[in-house]
Amino acid sequence: MTTSEIEDVLAKRYEAGFVTDIEQEYAPKGLSEDIVRFISEKKSEPAWMLEWRLKNYRHWLRMKEPRWAAVSYPAIDYQDLHYWAAPKIGSAPKSLDEVDPKLLETYEKLGIPLHEREILAGVQRPEGDPDRPRVAVDAVFDSVSVHTSFKEELGRAGVIFCSFSEAVHEHPELIQKYLGSVVPFSDNFFATLNGAVFSDGSFVYIPKGVRCPMELSTYFRINAAKTGQFERTLIVADEGSYVSYLEGCTAPQRDENQLHAAVVELVALPGAEIKYSTVQNWYPGDEDGRGGIYNFVTKRGVCKERAKISWTQVETGSAVTWKYPSCILEGDDSIGEFYSVALTNHAQQADTGTKMIHLGKRTRSTIVSKGISAGRGQQTYRGGVKIAKGAVGARNHTQCDSLLIGNRCGAHTVPYVEVHEPSAQLEHEATTSRIGEDQLFYCRQRGLSEEDAVGLIVNGFAKQVLQELPMEFAVEAQKLLGVSLEGAVG
Amino acid sequence: MLSIQNLHVEVGGKPILKGLTLELKAGEVHAIMGPNGAGKSTLSYVLAGRDGYEVKAGSITFLGQDLLAMDVSERAAAGLFLGFQYPVAIPGVSNLHFVRAALNAQRKARGEAELSAAELMKLAREKGKLVELPADLMKRAVNDGFSGGEKKRNEIFQMAMLEPKLAVLDETDSGLDIDALRVVASGVNALRSPERAMLVITHYQRLLDHIVPDRVHVLVDGRIVESGDKSLALRLEDEGYEKIRATAAVSGAAS
Repeated sequence: MTTSEIEDVLAKRYEAGFVTDIEQEYAPKGLSEDIVRFISEKKSEPAWMLEWRLKNYRHWLRMKEPRWAAVSYPAIDYQDLHYWAAPKIGSAPKSLDEVDPKLLETYEKLGIPLHEREILAGVQRPEGDPDRPRVAVDAVFDSVSVHTSFKEELGRAGVIFCSFSEAVHEHPELIQKYLGSVVPFSDNFFATLNGAVFSDGSFVYIPKGVRCPMELSTYFRINAAKTGQFERTLIVADEGSYVSYLEGCTAPQRDENQLHAAVVELVALPGAEIKYSTVQNWYPGDEDGRGGIYNFVTKRGVCKERAKISWTQVETGSAVTWKYPSCILEGDDSIGEFYSVALTNHAQQADTGTKMIHLGKRTRSTIVSKGISAGRGQQTYRGGVKIAKGAVGARNHTQCDSLLIGNRCGAHTVPYVEVHEPSAQLEHEATTSRIGEDQLFYCRQRGLSEEDAVGLIVNGFAKQVLQELPMEFAVEAQKLLGVSLEGAVG
Repeated sequence: MLSIQNLHVEVGGKPILKGLTLELKAGEVHAIMGPNGAGKSTLSYVLAGRDGYEVKAGSITFLGQDLLAMDVSERAAAGLFLGFQYPVAIPGVSNLHFVRAALNAQRKARGEAELSAAELMKLAREKGKLVELPADLMKRAVNDGFSGGEKKRNEIFQMAMLEPKLAVLDETDSGLDIDALRVVASGVNALRSPERAMLVITHYQRLLDHIVPDRVHVLVDGRIVESGDKSLALRLEDEGYEKIRATAAVSGAAS
């Protein structure tokens, strides 16, 4: 099989690229203090929330868009976007019956894992069926959260899982305490923009010593044209608690690139553990990247003593990805992990990685990054490991592997290491390999089709990361890797 | 079972096979011997359908079908197995998962039911014994970090699992010490059957002490220049390829 044939199999169409015809309500295009006020008013926010938004907005005006990432895209006209779009469904739905059936249809078409679609459709698993994992889902459609399931059951465990807007009203003390505590309002251009105009997102609070009884999941879907999606997620795991959170993202196929700038803040209090998994499948654009999502995301978590945060991500979508889920290992004996599979095909560009900031004693971090480039895809792993003075006995292990398919793609590794503590131990391993014609021929000689052979090889390459995903998500991710690479071989 | 007629093959514009003719019947084991560069591996790749091996003339019929019209995985599903000289590693894919994916892909292509995980495990345990395949080798990634001997045993294990009609074994003896050679050869012998044909490609006679062929063909410069019974292999071992090459050159010039 030749390189060009490999690329044919990679030329597969985006399967989530449909538009749902739902009546939308928009804010006028452009960004100003009035728009910020408009959004806040739409959400009937308290004064402190509006003040915080305005603080972000005013700061943002003085900021410059960062250009240090190894991605190139035409200048974004921030005045040519809608900062608010919502399906017209009146007030917040009280039950599934009030949710527009077209929305539910959308989630169905997205191929959201069956059990989650069931939940969205209100199907309850039979009681006493402990083997079947249950997932509570929050669905965010353009700017608003449309449905959160399993609320009552979670409530009995003391778990709060609701839309961000709802949390602002019902749990203002938690929001005021933790909002901006990990990603400060002045952090970076995109995060600050998000702080000004964020529309919705999810909020999670796990009380002390509680192991969240089910996986929590959010689906983000951009539907409206020329709309930025700015969601904000805040997860607080109180002392000794545990939560596993899943995030899935899709968008319809459009001719114009759309902006997505999310912020995720994780707070793991002493002894708590947060496992945050993402399967990102935003529309990657056509073969030249037209219409794909620009994905500029700030994700960061802070770990207090003995706390652990584990980021797992499978990134197959977006035209441009700029994303560095990070851990601030503030408490002694805290642990940070980052497992990533990023796939770039056609004209996709990804500059992604992580930052592990070791402040506490005996803090440990693990980074496993697997990059797959095909077509003209360009990918950069950008990872920072910082060991501050006093982080006695801190340890980091970094492993970066790149897999190239064809000969027009690129993989780049940019590790930054800063060590101020002589007792720290760091290891870095990196490999680059190519899906060989010989591997494909070997698989095909055993009877596998070209697609299956590529899927098998790629999934084998990504296995170390995929096995970190919750079971039901791992299956989706495996399929997604296969689908995203169809057309790479022929 | 296999009929190759006047096969001419080029690789990168260079003629490698220059009129090769060979008949192989079910139940037979034929050996192809020849010096380096004679076209032995080219023959195995052409049979399997690898890209870059351009058939300029001639025909190959396999079980009554035009083999050259089939793609690589179709040939596999039709029952053609190639034991690789250099088996390829596939990191992260367990050996057992791989062989299951392969077997089920072939069964599906033939319209047969796929094997369940339990059925597969049972079959794998049984077939693994043929080549004394250690249990941990089934769980490890395909050929990843395998020794030379482990790789070749694994090839024969896969062959046992896939139960092909025709097995082409390309330099199965290369990289094997004498004990590994014995294990691999006994695995191959156990798979000899009246319904199965084998084409054993080798550089050295020693493999044929263990896998005794029905016919031996000598491939020199892209053509079979001499065929005979197993004694031909012994004669070659004594005389070397030089003498035959000289004869072939003369006959080639004459023709």
